Amino acid sequence: MTALLSVEGLGISFGGLKAVSDVSFTVQPGEITSVIGPNGAGKTTLFNMISGIYQPGSGRVVLGTEDVTGMAPHRLARRGMSRTFQNLQIFQSMTVLENAIAGFHLAERGPVLADLLGLPASRRRAAQAQAGARALLARVGLDRAAEREAGNLSYGALKRLEIARALALSPKILLLDEPAAGCNAVETEEIDHLIAEVAKSGVAILLVEHDMKMVMRISNHIVVLDHGEKIAEGDPASVSRNPAVIAAYLGTDAEEAAHADG
Amino acid sequence: MTMKLTPKTATLLVLVALVVLSPVLFPSGYYYRVGALIFVNAIAVTGIVILTGYAGQISLGHAGFAGIGAYACALAPVHLGLHPSLALLLGASVSALLAFLVGRPILRLKGYYLGVATLGFGILISMVLNNERQLTGGPDGIEVPELGLRALLNDMGLDLTNGQFWYWFCGIAVILGAWLALNLHGSPTGRALRALHGSEVAARTVGIHVARMKLQAFVVSAVYASVSGSLLALQNKFITPDVAGFMHSIEMVTMAVLGGVGSVLGAVFGAAVLTLLPQVLTVFAEYEQLVLGLVMMLVMIFLPQGLLPSILRRVRGKDE
Repeated sequence: MTALLSVEGLGISFGGLKAVSDVSFTVQPGEITSVIGPNGAGKTTLFNMISGIYQPGSGRVVLGTEDVTGMAPHRLARRGMSRTFQNLQIFQSMTVLENAIAGFHLAERGPVLADLLGLPASRRRAAQAQAGARALLARVGLDRAAEREAGNLSYGALKRLEIARALALSPKILLLDEPAAGCNAVETEEIDHLIAEVAKSGVAILLVEHDMKMVMRISNHIVVLDHGEKIAEGDPASVSRNPAVIAAYLGTDAEEAAHADG
Repeated sequence: MTMKLTPKTATLLVLVALVVLSPVLFPSGYYYRVGALIFVNAIAVTGIVILTGYAGQISLGHAGFAGIGAYACALAPVHLGLHPSLALLLGASVSALLAFLVGRPILRLKGYYLGVATLGFGILISMVLNNERQLTGGPDGIEVPELGLRALLNDMGLDLTNGQFWYWFCGIAVILGAWLALNLHGSPTGRALRALHGSEVAARTVGIHVARMKLQAFVVSAVYASVSGSLLALQNKFITPDVAGFMHSIEMVTMAVLGGVGSVLGAVFGAAVLTLLPQVLTVFAEYEQLVLGLVMMLVMIFLPQGLLPSILRRVRGKDE
């Protein structure tokens, strides 16, 4: 099986401090690959490099067969990469429906003149995007909140809205940065099902998540980071038995490890 | 087909009603001129609504584009032999081109670079208009040829005073400008603009080419300012470099902020308030800069949504 995404020796420093160094792994289509590690291990930094928000200092990111290292996010989006954010990035003053429609930007965009004049072609594009957005909102259980201003939604609902917006791109690979953070047990389970379902449809999923139970339950493959370096990799069972992983969690934050077990 | 009253239709209906019914209240023919001036300002402010309200970008030099539009109507008929209506289109094209050239390198950068760069651009245009005396007449201003449409209408039996003609002409232009801006609001482009306003990083990850979208908003808003300048020149039949001055730029932004910067109806409202004030309170004319600054500060502190949206919210709140 050929990898959809290959991360090869990726690294970055901030002011001389190595945040991530020499991290390599691959992500397969239809599989859920999780990146775990203690707080400050460099998980979100890694995500930001893969998704083009940071320019990597070293290494390569290969999407399919193309080298996309440091490529701007909007160009990665055209190549089928989509993501959500740890700290929500919602278009607050737009409605829930419009947030989801924005995910269809690449499908609905057109000449600005047609949009100014409200030409039928422009309206048709917008209507198609709206139909797609409504279907996605139904899929994440937000169809009844469609007309509400996004800023007024609960945290868990906004998390699902971000996933819906990311799915609107019909991505080949979806990067989810702590999709269940701040969600209650019921919401976590819903997101859990949603992610599994998306993976089943053939999308490659790269996940950063703190909820260990969820990670162990749904991941096909786990990459463990500590202090910006990869310390272990493998299936959930082998990773959870790995002494280096246990040491990393117990050594840096025993409380978190205990929480992960609970 | 069923008729649904969308916000867009409602806004347009209110605007049409305002334009058509306001003359009933005019105490004298002079107020047609004031009305026309309000509309001219409202057109420029509608452009600011697109740039600042939709896309979240600040320009402090939009009067520069108004200056280009105004002087195009003064100069192109004399020097190029163009009809004034074509001069208006020429001005709009030049403004669009300049906005593109100025905006393209700057809008790739994040932050307040556009504000600073447009400030410089506005000052530059204003200086050129002041200093190129042989062409522009310098600070004393220059005459602008007659549009000629009123004479044509008179021949057809529609007898309008000069004030009346410009009131209706600019009224139609405001409605047209509002219609375009409202179309844009709900369109893919408008949605992308509002999205990047909300979160630039999220906009980029859904595939929005942020720099290009900002540039489009900047160019469109420059055309609005240019048309506004052209209409001002044509109705006054005389223009001075003040049209391109810094104070005029600030006036546009203040009108937009006062009306609620994301709202097209608010643009007309803000333009009306700040155009009427100096007419009603003559002291205002002397302290215009002071009052503009004060209005801006007070609105920002007490009514960050703008005056009109705040009033509407209060009215709706009482209904419920």
